[in-house]
Amino acid sequence: MTRWQPTASLVALQARADLNRVIRHFFAQRGVLEVETSLLCAAAGTDPALEPLQALYATSPGAKAVCRFLQTSPEFAMKRLLAAGAGPIYQLCKAFRGGERGRRHNPEFTMLEWYRPGFSLTELMDEVEALLREALALPAAVAVARSSYAELFQRHLDIDPHRLPLADLRTLTLQRLFIAADALQTRADCLDLLYGHCIEPTLLEPMFIFDYPREQAALARVGLDAEGRMVARRFELVMRGMEIANGYDELCDAGEQAARFASDRRYRAARDLPDLQPDARLLAALEAGLPASAGVALGVDRLLMLRLGSQDIAEVLAFPFDVA
Amino acid sequence: MAVFSTNEFKAGLKVLLDNDPCSILENEYVKPGKGQAFNRVKLRNLLNGRVWERTFKSGDTLDGADVTESNMEYLYSDGEFWHFMKTDGSFEQIAADKNAVGDTINWLKEQEVYIVMVWNEAPISVTPPNFIELVVTQTDPGLRGDTATGGSKPATLSSGAIVKVPLFVEEGDILRVDTRSGEYVSRAKK
Repeated sequence: MTRWQPTASLVALQARADLNRVIRHFFAQRGVLEVETSLLCAAAGTDPALEPLQALYATSPGAKAVCRFLQTSPEFAMKRLLAAGAGPIYQLCKAFRGGERGRRHNPEFTMLEWYRPGFSLTELMDEVEALLREALALPAAVAVARSSYAELFQRHLDIDPHRLPLADLRTLTLQRLFIAADALQTRADCLDLLYGHCIEPTLLEPMFIFDYPREQAALARVGLDAEGRMVARRFELVMRGMEIANGYDELCDAGEQAARFASDRRYRAARDLPDLQPDARLLAALEAGLPASAGVALGVDRLLMLRLGSQDIAEVLAFPFDVA
Repeated sequence: MAVFSTNEFKAGLKVLLDNDPCSILENEYVKPGKGQAFNRVKLRNLLNGRVWERTFKSGDTLDGADVTESNMEYLYSDGEFWHFMKTDGSFEQIAADKNAVGDTINWLKEQEVYIVMVWNEAPISVTPPNFIELVVTQTDPGLRGDTATGGSKPATLSSGAIVKVPLFVEEGDILRVDTRSGEYVSRAKK
């Protein structure tokens, strides 16, 4: 039998519609402008952890097709709008990531991304928390904790994740979980595994984690923390052992952005991952000037899972990848 | 033998890990933060029943294990091996050793059908039916006047298993037993 029925219940479909209303109302009240940008992009992000999907575009049937990428997030396009002076903006859209399929992942998913020119990361965390409280109707008594990445590793594993040498990180990782040693090439590999196996599953109550290792800066600024360690100015919101949102103090420096593109491409080449061209339009927009901004991407499907107590993302998607 | 990548791992798939045949119980895709993707996999080692938890980089592969399961009727034991015969009409026989029979030794009954798992042509496990009917070969007499409520006593069954039974059970009774829990279910009709 061909499966045609949705995997989401009618209740879940209604909850999604309601959540979209909550989100739009939230930003309308705060004067944040809803925008739409193109899902099909000429350039994709170079992040080695993300694999963009490709789409072929031909001007007429049989004509030579050109390759476009389905966005892995609307970040580059929205930053171009910021550079053009759009002010605070948000977008509710689909994002696409190759190979990501699991209880908490679907290759096509709904993302809520927003940017706040002039906001500090703390102010943006406050705003994410306010949205979370509204979306989940969290009682005031439920606290949303905030902990630095270093404090979290200190508390759970008794190590300084910024300073522990790679060899020690490898040893600890191999003690804590069974994995082939050759999977542990970099500090980020070890820290991700330790976080994913020993820490994240225990974080059931909502919590912001901030000040990440500098190697995990992605598109965030780096700076010194209170103890003089170089850290990435990022945060994540975690709840029920699951990442919900990921925020940056956005990198505005075109030269630094170009250097990170180059570094991503070297990393991709070293690991036999497909090469991707840097987004020249993003770099041009940064050259023209991006206002200092904090931005965050939030997984709407996961937020819906929290709202409904779902264990599998398929329960909140009408047609997940396998039956799309 | 086929090779399977982490995205093909699903419950019930038989793979080789550290040279042992294993059955996949769970496969969870994990992608913490902005890092590499991993698969956290739970597997049951089919030789010793132990559950292993392993983490693989997404895209890593394992060789498939040539494991088959078939319904087989228990014939007899020669003391060293336990002999089973396929019920598919082929009359093919196979001899399982003590390791393969394992705890099922307590639930063996001639002409009963078991699931025999074979790896590389050698039996590695024998699974009894969930419920089996066996004769009581020894039990102390129950107290006169006792009813079905309260109290139990040990009874030895024809297979050698010892189960707790209500006091009214007598030698020669046929009992229905749950082989998964080893618990008495009811008296069966004679």
